[in-house]
Amino acid sequence: MDPMVSLLIFAFFVLIIGASMLIANRVLALRRPKPEKLIAYECGVDPSGDARIPFHVKFYLIALIFLIFDVEIVFLYPWAVVFEELGWFGFVEILIFVLMLFGAYLYALSEGGLKWE
Amino acid sequence: MEFSSQSLYAIIITAVSALVLLLVSLFHVAYLTYAERKIIARIQQRLGPNRVGPRGILQPIADVLKLIHKEDIIPSGVDRPVFAIAPLVSLVCAGTGLALIPLWQNFVLSNFNVGLLFILALSSLSAYGVILSGWASNSRYALLGGLRASAQVISYEIAMSLSLLSVVLMAGSFNLQDIVKAQLESPYKVYLIPQIIAFFIFWVSALAETNRVPFDLPEAETELVAGYFVEYSGIRFALFYLAEYFGMVVMSALAVTCFLGGYAGPFEIPGIPFFWFLIKLYFLLFIYIWIRATLPRYRYDQLMGLGWKILIPLGLVNLFMTALLKLLL
Repeated sequence: MDPMVSLLIFAFFVLIIGASMLIANRVLALRRPKPEKLIAYECGVDPSGDARIPFHVKFYLIALIFLIFDVEIVFLYPWAVVFEELGWFGFVEILIFVLMLFGAYLYALSEGGLKWE
Repeated sequence: MEFSSQSLYAIIITAVSALVLLLVSLFHVAYLTYAERKIIARIQQRLGPNRVGPRGILQPIADVLKLIHKEDIIPSGVDRPVFAIAPLVSLVCAGTGLALIPLWQNFVLSNFNVGLLFILALSSLSAYGVILSGWASNSRYALLGGLRASAQVISYEIAMSLSLLSVVLMAGSFNLQDIVKAQLESPYKVYLIPQIIAFFIFWVSALAETNRVPFDLPEAETELVAGYFVEYSGIRFALFYLAEYFGMVVMSALAVTCFLGGYAGPFEIPGIPFFWFLIKLYFLLFIYIWIRATLPRYRYDQLMGLGWKILIPLGLVNLFMTALLKLLL
């Protein structure tokens, strides 16, 4: 059996379980919507204005730094698998690559990119 | 493609085993909630659920029935399609990884050659469920919880990948079955001993990836009410809950596979093939619960600091030390 097919079958079953629970809820549960019931929950206080408030720019910074590191790790994956064949050559090569990125990491650190007040 | 009766037979066999695996794991997930309540109660000198059935043993079933019967409130102002899809995204991303775990020498539902990579991909995809629900809910608590969760999940993702990379480096394969076999051939039989640092990093990031205490900031009850799923009620809420506990099971199973020698045990137990795997799995799940009962919550800057300034450099150093030792020995 192709592993991808069996994986998809399993994922499909998980989806079916979730969906069937939703359907059972739709069939069995009462629905009595009232305007007061449908306001967003803010601990009893009426919500004012749009809930999609502007958020801290730091979240973008974290996402950007994550992107760089994730790409680095994508390069490390194949290296780790064929490490035995590459030997010292591969080790030194990837060490140079990671040290360069480590420099970028130190730069982000010194600029306060990873600091939260 | 030629569609012979043989391939149809294979598909039926796979479908039946997938269904059995799913039902058994659902049973485990349901009783994990019961075990959690019971163990935490005992640690805090309480009794825990004890009304439904003897010693409260039927409590999870009662919970599911109750949640199915609850009204499904969809607040006005939510982004309806996204609001409806988000719990299913969470559930599928959290649950599917289980198919890749070798539960026994002769039983792995999907013997994928990049299984480990696939599990990592799924665990980062599960951030989508959180972000989508937080954004679609049109509530401030949900938005804040979703933002926190996404930043947390992507930060600890890197540390987790680095810790698993050193396992891949030692085993030379992404196939989880091969990783278990490579462990059994290694001098210590498990990777826990040579890779204790990687295991530590993995475990801390697993706690953060599944939003568990002490890293449960996305759903911190005392400040964000429930975080990203505050607007969900009834069965949709239960789906998020299910996804979280499925995530715990998958992370523990991955830890068993990558660090604790998978299905292998010190001696054979005749007749019970999954015995050692389950024992190790239960032990790790118990540690999850134990940590929850013991530790207070981190502050957000401490959380990000731990991930970025300690775990990631530590993971890199550990990876290169592993590579160096492998070259020298």
